Amino acid sequence: MQSVCVRRLWGSAQVTRLLKVTNINRSVRQLQHKKVMEDDKPWALTSELGEEGFVEDLMPIIKQHFQILCYKDFLQNPQLHGPKIQAVLVWGKTHPTDPSTLRSLPSLKVVANGGVGIDHLDVQYINSLGVKVTNTPGVVSDATADMALGLLLASARKIVQGHQISVDPNTTNHKPQSLMGVEVTGSTMGIIGMGHIGCKIAQRGKGFDMKILYHNRTRRSVEEEQAVGATYCEKMDDLLKESDFVVLAVNLSPETTGLISTRELNLMKPTATLVNISRGRVVDQDALVKALQSETILAAALDVTYPEPLPRDHPLLGLPNVLITPHVGTDTLFTNRKMVQRMVENAVAVLKGQSIPNEVKPK
Amino acid sequence: MEDDKPWALVSGAVEHGSYEDLTPIIKQHFQILCYKDFLQNPQLHGPKIQAVLVWDNIPPTDPSTLRFLPSLKVVANGGVGIDHLDVPYINSLGVKVTNTPGVVSDATADMAMGLLLASARKIVQGHQISVDPNTTNHKPQSLMGVEVTGSTMGIIGMGHIGCKIAQRGKGFDMKILYHNRTRRSVEEEQAVGATYCEKMDDLLKESDFVVLAVNLSPETTGLISTRELNLMKPTATLVNISRGRVVDQDALVKALQSETILAAALDVTYPEPLPRDHPLLGLPNVLITPHVGTDTLSTSRKIVQRMVENAVAVLKGQSIPNEVKPK
Repeated sequence: MQSVCVRRLWGSAQVTRLLKVTNINRSVRQLQHKKVMEDDKPWALTSELGEEGFVEDLMPIIKQHFQILCYKDFLQNPQLHGPKIQAVLVWGKTHPTDPSTLRSLPSLKVVANGGVGIDHLDVQYINSLGVKVTNTPGVVSDATADMALGLLLASARKIVQGHQISVDPNTTNHKPQSLMGVEVTGSTMGIIGMGHIGCKIAQRGKGFDMKILYHNRTRRSVEEEQAVGATYCEKMDDLLKESDFVVLAVNLSPETTGLISTRELNLMKPTATLVNISRGRVVDQDALVKALQSETILAAALDVTYPEPLPRDHPLLGLPNVLITPHVGTDTLFTNRKMVQRMVENAVAVLKGQSIPNEVKPK
Repeated sequence: MEDDKPWALVSGAVEHGSYEDLTPIIKQHFQILCYKDFLQNPQLHGPKIQAVLVWDNIPPTDPSTLRFLPSLKVVANGGVGIDHLDVPYINSLGVKVTNTPGVVSDATADMAMGLLLASARKIVQGHQISVDPNTTNHKPQSLMGVEVTGSTMGIIGMGHIGCKIAQRGKGFDMKILYHNRTRRSVEEEQAVGATYCEKMDDLLKESDFVVLAVNLSPETTGLISTRELNLMKPTATLVNISRGRVVDQDALVKALQSETILAAALDVTYPEPLPRDHPLLGLPNVLITPHVGTDTLSTSRKIVQRMVENAVAVLKGQSIPNEVKPK
């Protein structure tokens, strides 16, 4: 597969020199002309391509508006490459947004995040450099809400264990008592964090005739509550005491770090399951391990941990009542495409001085 | 006083297996004989049996078993599917057959959605990668899933369970198509936003998720075979919570191997369990659970309660909640 980064070696100066050569045939001249047009596009710095970066299918969306330099190549010679970078596109594991990187990007105008969570970005610091920060709310919500319900059902109905038993060549007992699940229909779902994602989780829970409780910094409107049949719990403790499934859908902030710790886990029913699709640090992970080991709660289903991934000897990995997925809450091609489109839209709007769809303003 | 209670023949799983918590419900109305003990001496034990309580196809109700049960009045099934029971034959012995419709529907519909989501979002693979001590790449592109919200769900078999599956799909803003022997009422369709497909072929061509919720009968055996799988989108997933034999399993294996369809998620197979060397077990795009569609304590309890209610009603000559009449 052709390396996109190799193509990036064609800089403007080389193209201009080539254009001055007199006896270039027409097709080559056309190719060079096309290269000049491409070279008018601003440069964006982004994370690795391939397995842990952008899905190949989505690169054309970015290349429609930007020339791309991937972080690995940038690091070969930051002083040379830095000055041309006007946008940093944040995606996947590698976030080239640390102070030392940003300091070598004097032309930087925008840090555009792919995804809604921006707890990994020091917005105030980035803004202090005269650089805007953008994210992609809204477009992530459906896929994330779907993931929350998927984790809830897979945990409740022991789908992972059931599959493993079914396909293991050595299985003799196909229906051990350990496969008995908990009823989802008619149970109580408590959503902590009733934003765009939380509301969509509530809508899906309602489809299962679940009783929906929610806790949020601010109460939603009566219409919004009635639309999903949700009841406000002013005190989070009440939600914790009554829920069969506690679903965390807050963003990570100083206020929500360690929101669920020993005290909160003790308030939960011993038959309750914790579902986390927010950020690992919303949960005191050591407290969670103890609660699961002591059967203080029934189970946990986590798309997010701290760190990601967990160390290979972490106690969470060995617990039978834990389901973990590797932060794939938005990982469908359809949603990834929408995220990349919005990320690029945001970055282009900043560079063109137009109205920015999703600027992250400091608190 | 206990000895006045009638005798019921039951599965070992109920007496002292996975469902033993539910035995007191049965013992409230019956003295129980476990099938394994019955087999020690059928001639001795058989004559006292008035009810057979069938769970997961055990005890069997074939002629070689029933001939030892001269006092039998009722075969009461735990569960709604009775494809394993020869109803005309059993009736010919003067024995009634009952099942437990309705009480199974919520849990089964939940399972259908659980399988659909787990398959679409690669939850089993994601978990295995996350917890494997040897994992180095935690987000391979193989974990990219397919979008559920706004996709098209095609339900084949729109009975009590099918309607509940539709309701759940609607919660995900899925477009709901359905095919059924008879069309549901306008109110029922509107309640779940479902569109009738008179031709099953149209449903197969348009669906992203084909969900089988029929009962097994001569008409539905092999309902989904090579032709039907070829009509499905190559990006579509087959979800089966009905019976294994509704699907031509060999055709399914070929379709999955050739990427004719994207994936399958099966709570039921034929046989159950599959032989340990069956090709379905090794396919990366297959999710299989061991027929646990009703296996929550709450629903299992309701099934046992209804099964016992049915059996008691027959023995007392009272109105029977769920008698299975022959066609």
